[in-house]
Amino acid sequence: MSARPALPAAEPSLDLRHHLPAIEPDRTVSDWGRSERLEGLVDRTLYDFLYHYWFRCEVDGIEHVPATGGALLVANHGGALPPDASMITKAIREEHPRPRPLHLTVEHFFKGYPFFSMFVTKIGGVPAHPANVHRLLHDEQQLVLVFPEGAKATEKLYKDRYKLRRFGRGGFVEAAARAGVPIVPIAVMGAEEAMPTFAHVGLLKRLTGLIYFPVTPLFPHFGLLGAAYLPAKFRIRFLPPVRADRLGAADLEDRGLLQEIADEIRGRIQDEVVDLVADRRSVWLG
Amino acid sequence: MSTQPASPAGTGTQPASPAGTGAQPASPAGTGARRVLITGLSTYWGGRLAQALERDPAVEAVVGVSPEDPTCELDRTEYVRVGTQHALLRRIVRAAEIDTVVDTRLIVDSRTVPARVAHENNVIGTMNILAACGGADSPVRKVVFKSSAHYYGSERDDPAFFTEAMARPHPPATQLERDVVEAERAVRAFADRNRETTVCVLRFANGLGPDLRTSHTALLALPAVPSILGFDPRYQFIHEDDIHGVLEHATRHDLPGVYNAAGDGVLALSEVASLLGKPLAPVLPPWGTGLAAAVLRRLGLSLPPEMLQQLRFGRALDNRRLKAAGYSFRATSREAVVALARHFRTRGITQADTGYRYEREVEEFLRWSPSVRGADRLGVGRLSPDQLAELARALETLPGAHPAAADARAAAASPAHRRSSGGGKNP
Repeated sequence: MSARPALPAAEPSLDLRHHLPAIEPDRTVSDWGRSERLEGLVDRTLYDFLYHYWFRCEVDGIEHVPATGGALLVANHGGALPPDASMITKAIREEHPRPRPLHLTVEHFFKGYPFFSMFVTKIGGVPAHPANVHRLLHDEQQLVLVFPEGAKATEKLYKDRYKLRRFGRGGFVEAAARAGVPIVPIAVMGAEEAMPTFAHVGLLKRLTGLIYFPVTPLFPHFGLLGAAYLPAKFRIRFLPPVRADRLGAADLEDRGLLQEIADEIRGRIQDEVVDLVADRRSVWLG
Repeated sequence: MSTQPASPAGTGTQPASPAGTGAQPASPAGTGARRVLITGLSTYWGGRLAQALERDPAVEAVVGVSPEDPTCELDRTEYVRVGTQHALLRRIVRAAEIDTVVDTRLIVDSRTVPARVAHENNVIGTMNILAACGGADSPVRKVVFKSSAHYYGSERDDPAFFTEAMARPHPPATQLERDVVEAERAVRAFADRNRETTVCVLRFANGLGPDLRTSHTALLALPAVPSILGFDPRYQFIHEDDIHGVLEHATRHDLPGVYNAAGDGVLALSEVASLLGKPLAPVLPPWGTGLAAAVLRRLGLSLPPEMLQQLRFGRALDNRRLKAAGYSFRATSREAVVALARHFRTRGITQADTGYRYEREVEEFLRWSPSVRGADRLGVGRLSPDQLAELARALETLPGAHPAAADARAAAASPAHRRSSGGGKNP
């Protein structure tokens, strides 16, 4: 992969990066709808509590997250209401020598849910549209977190925990290559036990219009308390970057190659997750 | 007018001539619009564009057409009232040798007129205007079409920033959006058929400004900003000065293709409300929004269906292509809202509305009557000395005394007189 020529300008058209809007210092909301104030508040309260006391996150390999430039972070996903995205965000803020905001890609259907859509956007969620990812990575040189497994991971049952699902169709590799940024794989342990799903209720799913209606240790019988996580021990491991930015223009047309790279990344994350689980003596104490 | 044998219409009559060689000599002269036709002169932006163009001595003629009277005070723009279907436009275009048509007539706010009238104007009107511009012997070298961001709609699975190449993810649901999409389709077909004509489509975001009356300015003028419970949509605006600024830029320069016109920066609706110093009132429920909106419409709120979609999902455009084409916006979205807020606060004190009313007889008297003195009535101040001399010679050959002959002779003889009579028009 390293022998391949550097990626030429992905689009022959003119580079529009110089024409990005200037930062308006009076504003506390970004053009993506992210609110500094709400994000800061959630970070100082909920995330802080979860990160330090509830999940007791341990992080290694934070140096693999670049201090400048765009990068696509790719992680495994799990739990009915997955806490992994917020913990990765917090890990970068807490451990990285140069903390940077992380943009989480979320499924489009979230945009239809009242309150939730508003909240997710304000704390840094961005709809997972290829154009959004490209603008963030290439034009704005930001960090973007994706879960290539998508909903396939969050709806899987407790018995299937830590078995990574298919990594899409390699779309994330193509996104990173087109944007000319590296991919940083991340292995997360603990999310699957924080809110495990034991079963799905198909009828209630249809009635409520949710993407799935899970039965977890606290939901639905405890109502809103069902949103509470169990205090599983968290470990987050950032892996060495995959240089997707070194792929050539011809490689982008090669679906097979992209799929191969995606599978390779999936394999690396799966191996690390197995490694983390193997080292764990207790689900709760680590 | 007869003094210009080398007008583009003269060279373009032979369809057999290769386009490359035929276009080369015409292009330096053809880049800047000289004889402009503005459709929709009665719209705010149409009138403002005419005002801007008539200040420019390089623009020989500004003709404006619309079914309604102009709402801006105009100096030398000639106004022709036409029907909503613009059926006779072809004759005006040919007769006045129009080289640039700026179509600002699209109705982008379904609150203002009934849906049927909007459809007639947006779809049938566009087809007729394009038909008037087309044809092998057409003098038209450039068409600027003012479209709307309603082309993209506002849906759940939209990208955060629409670029010009993107299409809407779902077919349009409201009548107005269907009309806009259909009108643009007609413009694209026209551009494909008339390759040598520069066709520029400008998709405008929601306009804001003290002089602009739209559903959104009406909404933001309320004591509280209505919103849908549980949604805080992203909004992008364009200041009213930028609306005609962009139109003017597209008229003066050749911008082939589609361009998004929207101010920098995307605001959350809550941010807009706080800039206006007003609370956000979530009066619309997230479910059954249409029903609640119907009730509120009865109470006098302007909530057109296309706005309800925007209040839920929001919309933003990528304006960088237009910036790369040389236009620099005067105001960001935030500055547009701040300007509106300032206007709202002083609304009671300053009567911003000048109350201009178009009166055909008065305008014609001011333009054509020999009794009007002082002003540069005949436009001789805008002609070059050579042109004036030629005009004077032409007038001499006429039988009998012509009231304009003395004027033109005097102007040609003494440039000083021209300067004084021309007022501040000549820099």
